[in-house]
Amino acid sequence: MTQDKPENAPEHCPGTESDQAGKASACAGCPNQTICASGPKGPDPGIALVKQRLCDVKNKLMVLSGKGGVGKSTTTSLLARMFAHMNQEQNFGVLDIDICGPSQPRVFGVLGEQVHQSGSGWSPVFIEDNLSLMSIGFLLGSPDDAVIWRGPKKNGMIRQFLSEVDWGQLDYLVIDTPPGTSDEHLSATTYLAGTDGSWGTVLVTTPQEVSLLDVRKQITFCKKMKVPIVGIIENMSTFVCPKCTVESIIFPNSTSANSTEEMCTEMNVKFLGKLPLDPRLARCCDEGKDFLTEFKTSPTVIAIKNIILEIQKHFECN
Amino acid sequence: MLEQVKHVILVLSGKGGVGKSTVSTQLALTLKESGFKVGLLDIDLCGPSVAYLMNLEDKDVHQSSEGWVPIYTDSTKSLAVMSIGFLLKSRNDAIIWRGPKKTAMIRQFLSDVCWEELDYLIIDTPPGTSDEHITVMECMREVKCDGAIIVTTPQEVALEDVRKEVTFCKKTGISIIGIVENMSGFVCPNCAECTNIFSSGGGKALAELVKVPLLGTLPIDPRVGALGGTGKACVKELSDCTSSIVFKDIVKHLTKS
Repeated sequence: MTQDKPENAPEHCPGTESDQAGKASACAGCPNQTICASGPKGPDPGIALVKQRLCDVKNKLMVLSGKGGVGKSTTTSLLARMFAHMNQEQNFGVLDIDICGPSQPRVFGVLGEQVHQSGSGWSPVFIEDNLSLMSIGFLLGSPDDAVIWRGPKKNGMIRQFLSEVDWGQLDYLVIDTPPGTSDEHLSATTYLAGTDGSWGTVLVTTPQEVSLLDVRKQITFCKKMKVPIVGIIENMSTFVCPKCTVESIIFPNSTSANSTEEMCTEMNVKFLGKLPLDPRLARCCDEGKDFLTEFKTSPTVIAIKNIILEIQKHFECN
Repeated sequence: MLEQVKHVILVLSGKGGVGKSTVSTQLALTLKESGFKVGLLDIDLCGPSVAYLMNLEDKDVHQSSEGWVPIYTDSTKSLAVMSIGFLLKSRNDAIIWRGPKKTAMIRQFLSDVCWEELDYLIIDTPPGTSDEHITVMECMREVKCDGAIIVTTPQEVALEDVRKEVTFCKKTGISIIGIVENMSGFVCPNCAECTNIFSSGGGKALAELVKVPLLGTLPIDPRVGALGGTGKACVKELSDCTSSIVFKDIVKHLTKS
């Protein structure tokens, strides 16, 4: 088992997953000896459970961003709702793995709903006939309740979400994530990599340099973890004043006007499109209304439709 | 740990992208302009922004016999900055760490940086209520911490997460200095119409609900946004804009007690 040897391992390292890990003669003096000797052996049993549970889910799409507050949850809800609108005969699911700041129950207007447990697992909350949602927000007693957990507990929760929710047959499962490149992301990618069917990620950013900086890190994360990147969505690109219809760039990039496109070319990832900053969208999210039916003609709706077509093309080709 | 630091202030928010780093850096710069010796510590390991915002991206941290030497913004040495951004080789490098490693790094930041004497240490945090926050909170038991400034935007979605952060502070015994509402309204540069892009009044409502003072409301001002990346103080460059007045008020509030 050479593949699980760390790069800086001593010569004749038996490999971290081996029965001999931490016990072989080569392990003497290795700084990781105690970790190898005490850690649980073999792959995480959760991977098999998740694989079994998600065998009827054709495509898994993660929505990622290194930066917080760029619109991951908003984009997730728009994508899922648009998927469901455009393909009435298919089924879609949304999973919110932002444990410390779950937003999906509010964005979908199902705050205070209860999740029920049955023999076949947790039943998700249905938003439309063909769209269901699962979030830790449903499990909290009050909106003030905080989930103050360190990594391992969050990982356990994510495993449970992936292996115990009774989604039924789904064409797409859209997964909303917290910002960063840490526990939640490592766990989710490890479990999803072990499932059948295709998976990929879209990254969300704003045009600002400070957001792109974190998104660059997220691209590096995806490349290291071998997560297929479908593409990048730029959110909050321009703001159109509702009174005088003059466009303003609220989150400007000091170096370039096409900052996101340039980063995409530089890092060799696809640019999927721009979403404008629309106060009506922010209000719809707060009130949990369906933006797509409330404002059918908005440029956001057209942009999101094109992005969906691109995503579907990506998943059909892979 | 931090024996020579007189006041420690945490900048927290349950939600990401509400302006924690911007508030932290501008607050540090305003305190510096008021003549204090200030330290700024960025414990957002996965998405460090302080190095970029302060225009110090190309700087390297040096090790001395007393520990890591923070980066000083100028020769007066009145503002010292520390962030994991200084330890990464490239802008694209990612920190892909699980909790325990992050915890160790933060402990090292708090104990091994040689800040020397400081009037104020501002700690910028990542969003959430998890490893980083628990670690900092545990460390704050050993030092005298003034409390936390909580940043939010007026949106319901943000307020929901911020309420969780308030619960976190109450449960862990960190006192809350007050709430800052950011991105309150946008004044169109063409017609001067004020649009509340992310709704309005949320910070005030939250402050009343959880019974903590509202320190101020910052409007969306692209000029202030453009200062990010230059390391310039808003109070110096745009001395009569609303944001400057708010930052001066916050500093007044902090220094009077």
